[in-house]
Amino acid sequence: MQFMLLFSRQGKLRLQKWYVPLSDKEKKKITRELVQTVLARKPKMCSFLEWRDLKIVYKRYASLYFCCAIEDQDNELITLEIIHRYVELLDKYFGSVCELDIIFNFEKAYFILDEFLLGGEVQETSKKNVLKAIEQADLLQEVSTSSFSGHSVSMVGWDSETSCSSKLLEGIL
Amino acid sequence: MALKMVKGSIDRMFDKNLQDLVRGIRNHKEDEAKYISQCIDEIKQELKQDNIAVKANAVCKLTYLQMLGYDISWAAFNIIEVMSASKFTFKRIGYLAASQCFHEGTDVIMLTTNQIRKDLSSPNQYDTGVALTGLSCFVTPDLARDLANDIMTLMSHTKPYIRKKAVLIMYKVFLKYPESLRPAFPRLKEKLEDPDPGVQSAAVNVICELARRNPKNYLSLAPLFFKLMTSSTNNWVLIKIIKLFGALTPLEPRLGKKLIEPLTNLIHSTSAMSLLYECVNTVICVFFFSQLCVQKLRILIEDSDQNLKYLGLLAMSKILKTHPKSVQSHKDLILQCLDDKDESIRLRALDLLYGMVSKKNLMEIVKKLMIHVDKAEGTTYRDELLTKIIDICSQSNYQYITNFEWYISILVELTRLEGTRHGCERIILSKSMCRSAVIDVLFSNQTLEAMLRPKVTTLPGHIQAVYVQNMVKLYASILQQKEQAGEKEAAQEITQLMIERLPQFVQSADLEVQERASCILQLIKYIQKLQAKEVPVAEEVIALFAGELNPVAPKAQKKVPVPEGLDLDAWINEPPSDSESEDEKPKTIFHEEEQRHSRHRQPEIDEEELARRREARKQEQANNPFYIKSSPSPQKRYQDTPGVEHIPVVQIDLSVPLKVPGMPMSDQYVKLEEERRHKQKLEKDKKKKKQKKEKRGKHHRHNSLHTESEEDIAPAHHVDIITEEMPENALPSDEDDKDPNDPYKALDIDLDKPLADSEKLPVQRHRNVETLKSPDSEVPLVEKKSKKPKKKEKKHKDKERDKGKKKEKEKKVVEEEEDEVKKKSSKHKKKKHKKEKEEKSKDKKKSKKKSHPSEEEPPESVQNGTLEDEPLPVSSCSKPLRFSQGNLQHDSQVTVSVIFENKSTSFLKSMELNVLDSLNTKMLRPEGSSVHDGIPVPFQLPPGISNEAQFVFTLQSIVMAQKLKGTLSFIVKDDEGSTHEKLDFKLHFSCASYLITTPCYSDAFAKLLESGDLHMSSIKVDGISISFQHLLAKICFHHHFSVVERVDSCASMYSRSIQGHHVCLLVKKGENSVSIDGKCNDSTLLSNLLDEMKETLSKC
Repeated sequence: MQFMLLFSRQGKLRLQKWYVPLSDKEKKKITRELVQTVLARKPKMCSFLEWRDLKIVYKRYASLYFCCAIEDQDNELITLEIIHRYVELLDKYFGSVCELDIIFNFEKAYFILDEFLLGGEVQETSKKNVLKAIEQADLLQEVSTSSFSGHSVSMVGWDSETSCSSKLLEGIL
Repeated sequence: MALKMVKGSIDRMFDKNLQDLVRGIRNHKEDEAKYISQCIDEIKQELKQDNIAVKANAVCKLTYLQMLGYDISWAAFNIIEVMSASKFTFKRIGYLAASQCFHEGTDVIMLTTNQIRKDLSSPNQYDTGVALTGLSCFVTPDLARDLANDIMTLMSHTKPYIRKKAVLIMYKVFLKYPESLRPAFPRLKEKLEDPDPGVQSAAVNVICELARRNPKNYLSLAPLFFKLMTSSTNNWVLIKIIKLFGALTPLEPRLGKKLIEPLTNLIHSTSAMSLLYECVNTVICVFFFSQLCVQKLRILIEDSDQNLKYLGLLAMSKILKTHPKSVQSHKDLILQCLDDKDESIRLRALDLLYGMVSKKNLMEIVKKLMIHVDKAEGTTYRDELLTKIIDICSQSNYQYITNFEWYISILVELTRLEGTRHGCERIILSKSMCRSAVIDVLFSNQTLEAMLRPKVTTLPGHIQAVYVQNMVKLYASILQQKEQAGEKEAAQEITQLMIERLPQFVQSADLEVQERASCILQLIKYIQKLQAKEVPVAEEVIALFAGELNPVAPKAQKKVPVPEGLDLDAWINEPPSDSESEDEKPKTIFHEEEQRHSRHRQPEIDEEELARRREARKQEQANNPFYIKSSPSPQKRYQDTPGVEHIPVVQIDLSVPLKVPGMPMSDQYVKLEEERRHKQKLEKDKKKKKQKKEKRGKHHRHNSLHTESEEDIAPAHHVDIITEEMPENALPSDEDDKDPNDPYKALDIDLDKPLADSEKLPVQRHRNVETLKSPDSEVPLVEKKSKKPKKKEKKHKDKERDKGKKKEKEKKVVEEEEDEVKKKSSKHKKKKHKKEKEEKSKDKKKSKKKSHPSEEEPPESVQNGTLEDEPLPVSSCSKPLRFSQGNLQHDSQVTVSVIFENKSTSFLKSMELNVLDSLNTKMLRPEGSSVHDGIPVPFQLPPGISNEAQFVFTLQSIVMAQKLKGTLSFIVKDDEGSTHEKLDFKLHFSCASYLITTPCYSDAFAKLLESGDLHMSSIKVDGISISFQHLLAKICFHHHFSVVERVDSCASMYSRSIQGHHVCLLVKKGENSVSIDGKCNDSTLLSNLLDEMKETLSKC
């Protein structure tokens, strides 16, 4: 996998993970281009598209798009599986994850991703193991300082965008 | 201190944390940029504080801002500070920030090496984990080189959590530092059988990725993977393994047979679509064709899931390339997909159609597509359809078109659509490409041209150019018709029309169009004059188009070898020195142009001009190797040239009685065609009945070049199928397909060869950030740079196949030996050479105390041995056998690995290696055998194969170089039978081969010198011309020293023997000479070493 992007229906980037070295400029350009392309697709369309010499696999969960770029020989279906598994992991970790969780705890979302994928390859196929690793690392963190907030998100001031709080796993499109 | 802490935490209470920041950004929708710049200012303040928690918080916020697109590279140093925090909480954030924003260009990245190394060896597995994860995102070639060894060690960590991460990250390291692949590979291979499934799957992942890029080096792993494949139930792993086999099988066809069964089983049994798809996909791509796969694909395509449908079509298109027939039987399904609501699926189906057409069904398919064109909503999709129709029809030079009238009518219809510009271009281009067809179908063409006319001048230049050319062609044939029919008036009318319309092209902004148009205009004016004199011209005009003008192949230029002595970069004329002359040029151009225009009324001059240009052009063509040679008459040649023609063709207004087909015309053609075929069939049947031997349709076909696959359909028109021209001396090879920049190419490394010492991963060294430039770190670079005199390399070329950069160092060692060999052995075909390498096995002590190398030597490190070899003329045997060797040291034992390479064409077996032991050095033989017994080599060697065997020697003393004589006996088996052969060789253990490159620090070095228990000796070598840098590199490379310190042309160096002798050198370079003072615990060793060194240096 070359990179993974999470963005909202409004085109706002929520997470980005690059497994290939690119300059910031190039990253921005790719992101802009892809967000546009993917958002323009109709809901009933298939989840794959060819883009430059890569294949893009994306899936929408409620208000969030998960979008991965893979190489020509890679398996699209397994990539969808990876995306889904990642959402499940987020869901387990946050408990009915929604976009807001990811916005407010974006570093956690990264940590989970890092336990799941490394250098663009799946590193752990067992959900249990991933969560165990994260929990133990968190524990370590709690011991050293308790001031970093856990995963409860205050909803104050967020009424305007309720879509952000819809559960991802219930909104698979 | 306590106060400071308190103050820090109070400060923190007022700092924004990440949540506040996110919320704040949301609440400042209108002036987001302003708000954020405020936040960044605050963050900058926070970063200045000493409290690491505050810094971490600031860095965390920055990471968020980075995602929003703000540049945070200025904070790179702060990120490193946070990375090196001792608390995991902060470290984690630091590494996250680094992995998000560091890249190869980040200069502070080199400061992280030590920190990362420290974290990698942390007792806390999560520290290690987070460092590995971070590293995977920002590893640079430097980091990869410095940390490869540490990561390799982690591959054998006790915790699977670390092992799997280490294994995965190795892939990134290989990419950045390909030299690490060979040393790390054995361990990686071990991990395939790791007890932890996670580690195992990580290893499969990495090897699969490596093998996909360079499969041939991984063939030997096939059995292991086969075992994994049949035993594993993990779909993730299975998918990778199947992919890997997909890459291996083309190289080893026997694999295919073995895999049929397990793959078929998987296809039948699996419920996971991803696995099924992978199996099917791999099977159809590389193995064999199976009806089962096509059936499964049909199921996928019929599925209601759009994704499966899409993939099914995609896979179908792969089958199409090899087995078009079996896809064609699913035409119904594919045509159905054309109606799918998902555009991407329709496009896939379109791709499939391209390969499915035949002469029989072309019309039908195109008709169907035409309906879609009408219905298509988006312009992109419509454009795509247009393009596809044209592609489908024009593929293989219109191979499938049997009726060009029909095709032209299709094109006409397409142009009538509210086509986009793009569509038009394509159509016109395609039309002009089939110009041979155009002539056949002149009449319908007239309408076409007429229709297009108003738009023509808005088309891009290159299209207009072709267009203009075709006009003349058309004009020529009309002219001929008219003349034959005796309608002189009409012919003159056309000429007149041409003259009226052409000027619009003459004024074109495009030079090509302009040139063609003006040439044509003059030509036509000349024709008009002739016409006025009632001279019949049509024949001559037509003659302009006789003969074939094939397109030049796009690669033609590349394929012409540059003639000797031609320097393409040299100036033909010296570039003009001052700008004045440049200014003048354009003027003359304009001047000429004016003349041209004014000449319109003076036809005589035109003729001259025309002739002149013709002449010039001929000249040019004569000099142009690409120009087509087959032009017998100058006239013909002329016409091909710039185009000529004009078309304005055609009087549209003529409304000629010619049947100009109406709109539904293409349909009519379809009917006509059917009738025609029907007729043909009848005819054929008749003929059959009459039992004529003549081939069917022969009369119709003449010389048509079609290779008739479907013989029952004769084309309605005969069209020459054009092939691309290549220059005569084109080079046949297609090297251009390979991308020299492919990052994976560097990983094309032979993994079966034994490790050379020079290849070992750099061992951990102390490296201070501040002293980056210490000689220590320079050494490896120097080594790489040092070049051997060319002569040697040349000699060597034929022998060493190229193995990529990697092997270069190794080669050098071999080269030297080879030289020796050459001297001695002149004519013998048999050659062997050996190489010795020694390595200390690493597992022994994990050196924790590297800081004092002078006292406690870390056993890991590499040593080069020298080797030697001696060519033995082996009598009649004509098969060169080659072997090289390397050795591994173990205390007083040395393991020598010998590579045997069979360079002959016969099979070698029953090899036995025997060595005449000396007092000091003995070969270790199995118990009970006498010193005269050889040790059997545990394998046989088919022709061209090499393999490696290891032999153990025991040593008493290492202070002197050793030479052992030995013999290799073997049986050569070829068609004529078996013969017994022998090959004598010498094993040379030089003193330098007992040294281990060991880093040393100047303070420790100084102490050592002061200690006073070292013996001293010195040498001086004159006539040294190489640079000091190279000199040091040579000593480092051949004699295993490392540089301790270097000042100007003076350097101190250090090394250590396997038995613990310290060797210190002071190297001084004078004008033309070098003096080396050495100190060592053992004076014999020292003098021997210095002698060896003298020999090396005197060769420079």
